[in-house]
Amino acid sequence: MRIGDAKTSYIADEQILDTPVRRAWFTALLVLIAAFPLIGNDYTIYLACLVAINVISATGLNILTGFTGQISLGQAAFMGLGGYTVAVLASRWGVPFIFTLPLAGLASAAFGVLVGLPSLRVKGLYLAIATLAASVILHFVFAHWDPVTGGIGGISIPPASLFGYVLDRDRDMYWLIMALAVLACMGARNLFRTRVGRAFIAIRDRDISAEVLGIDLLRWKLYAFALSSFYAGVAGGLFAYFFRVVTPESFPLTMSIFFLAAIIVGGMGTIMGGILGAIFMTLVPEALRFITSAVTPFYPQAPVVLSPMREVVFGLLIVLFLIFEPHGLAEMWRRLRRFFHLWPFRT
Amino acid sequence: MDWLFFGEVSLAGLATGGLYALIALGFVIIYKATRVINFAVGEMMMISAYLFLTFAGLLDWPWYVSLPLAVIGGSLLGGVIERVAIRPMLGENPISVVMVTIGIASVLIGLAEMLWTADPQLLPDFLPGEPLFIGEMYVAPKSAWAFIIAACVIAIYLLYFRFSRGGVALRATASDQAAAYSMGIAVPKVFSAAWIAGAFAAAISGILVAASGGLSPQMGVVGLSILVIVILGGLDSILGALIGGLFVGWFETIAGTYLGGEYRQLATFSLLALILIARPYGLFGTREIERL
Repeated sequence: MRIGDAKTSYIADEQILDTPVRRAWFTALLVLIAAFPLIGNDYTIYLACLVAINVISATGLNILTGFTGQISLGQAAFMGLGGYTVAVLASRWGVPFIFTLPLAGLASAAFGVLVGLPSLRVKGLYLAIATLAASVILHFVFAHWDPVTGGIGGISIPPASLFGYVLDRDRDMYWLIMALAVLACMGARNLFRTRVGRAFIAIRDRDISAEVLGIDLLRWKLYAFALSSFYAGVAGGLFAYFFRVVTPESFPLTMSIFFLAAIIVGGMGTIMGGILGAIFMTLVPEALRFITSAVTPFYPQAPVVLSPMREVVFGLLIVLFLIFEPHGLAEMWRRLRRFFHLWPFRT
Repeated sequence: MDWLFFGEVSLAGLATGGLYALIALGFVIIYKATRVINFAVGEMMMISAYLFLTFAGLLDWPWYVSLPLAVIGGSLLGGVIERVAIRPMLGENPISVVMVTIGIASVLIGLAEMLWTADPQLLPDFLPGEPLFIGEMYVAPKSAWAFIIAACVIAIYLLYFRFSRGGVALRATASDQAAAYSMGIAVPKVFSAAWIAGAFAAAISGILVAASGGLSPQMGVVGLSILVIVILGGLDSILGALIGGLFVGWFETIAGTYLGGEYRQLATFSLLALILIARPYGLFGTREIERL
């Protein structure tokens, strides 16, 4: 049993997996993730892929909003840009899968820098509205630049293929998406042990003090925008390969709000928060759908009444979490862990 | 260019702009007093319009009974939202408070769909329908009346804030909360009052908008145009809200008529992007000055 922490060096304190127990659990988790397709059915694998894509995007948004303090209402548009980049490259020019995904990330990152440019002059909500404006303009381009984006009809995408192996089923995509999701989370977790990540946190906590400490605000804010949109672009690219089609409606404004809600419910400014939030927010609507279909035989009106219920539950979750658990699911997770660390003492 | 047509379109645009100005005014009052950006403004409009529909359409009460009841209902809704969801968030960071209002918006949409179904509906006619002409230009009677009502309500608001005790309290709270508190102003009451006043403006304009454009749970999207207006005019400027409202209403309609309906939002948001680059705090907003 382990009670409390006794670390004697900074490096030990900064370690991500600092105890044997933690390492063991983490390995178990990785094994479970890797072995999941062997036990899951098609539906649960589909859900797992969706969750993983959302985890990547939510983690990206968390870097920007949770860690750097720049609110963005444009995450879905950045994902859309990634999705469309993949679609155009893969279906028009036959660029192989290995290149399209990084290129999607880079295209989004470039656009993210462009959107981030006003971030030195405008702050807080003005910036949020600026990102909103950027995403409205981007959506317009998706819907109306017919020669490239195919207009309302969108573009359909050939299946991804890796080393000559065609990934055309959810089951095949699963390992790829999961591997990228794990990589994305580990990357982000590591980032905040480096000077880059520390600079982001400093900017969030007090931008003027950060500037006094020698952090070039514009530069680092733009890095945060670039990084966060890179994540979004990769997630959008995976989204495109997963559904094999992109249309302007694939990435609506409500999706940006969905990601913001996910990091709030999960916990802003913690990697765990992005992960838990994305899982939770993706699965809650599914659970409600499940309840609806379970109730329908006894109460035929159920779909009519319960489908708006999803919207109510979505809103209520955000409001209740913000009022009663502002640090989100990640805080509950920490409390749980602390309980086991300190047991039998009171936490 | 057909100047007569241009004039008619401009007038229609200005009429929309008058409504926008009224909603933006309610928005700015809430922001000035409480520093809360209310993303649920469009949904509050929608609920009030549905209340009117219920009283006037389904229960068949005359409009002069239904209208005040719906407006009172909408205002109360604002007060309740402030009390239940915004008050506990005092002192939290602005992102969280904005997200609370977004959450409320989602709840209101869901409730509206449950209570009144998702199908679009029409409000019963209550505005006079004789065609109006200014010179040779035809003005749609509904939008003209809507403009006149909006203008009257705005005038009442402005007079109230200039001359009444409540208005002074609100302005005092807006300029310095702590000082207002220490001078004996009940700041929490001002917060409630500001939300009720904002919801009142939203209720009236919601009913007027629905009267000419029909009503569905998705009506709250208008709220996006309102955000553009208040950012354009400066979040905390009443003058900015009025000018911005008229201008954006006109600009949207002109863009929609000459370029096509899908350009409406694009035009306003492009304008917004330009304004944000040139004048980050809007045309009339207070510039936040940071010193060490």
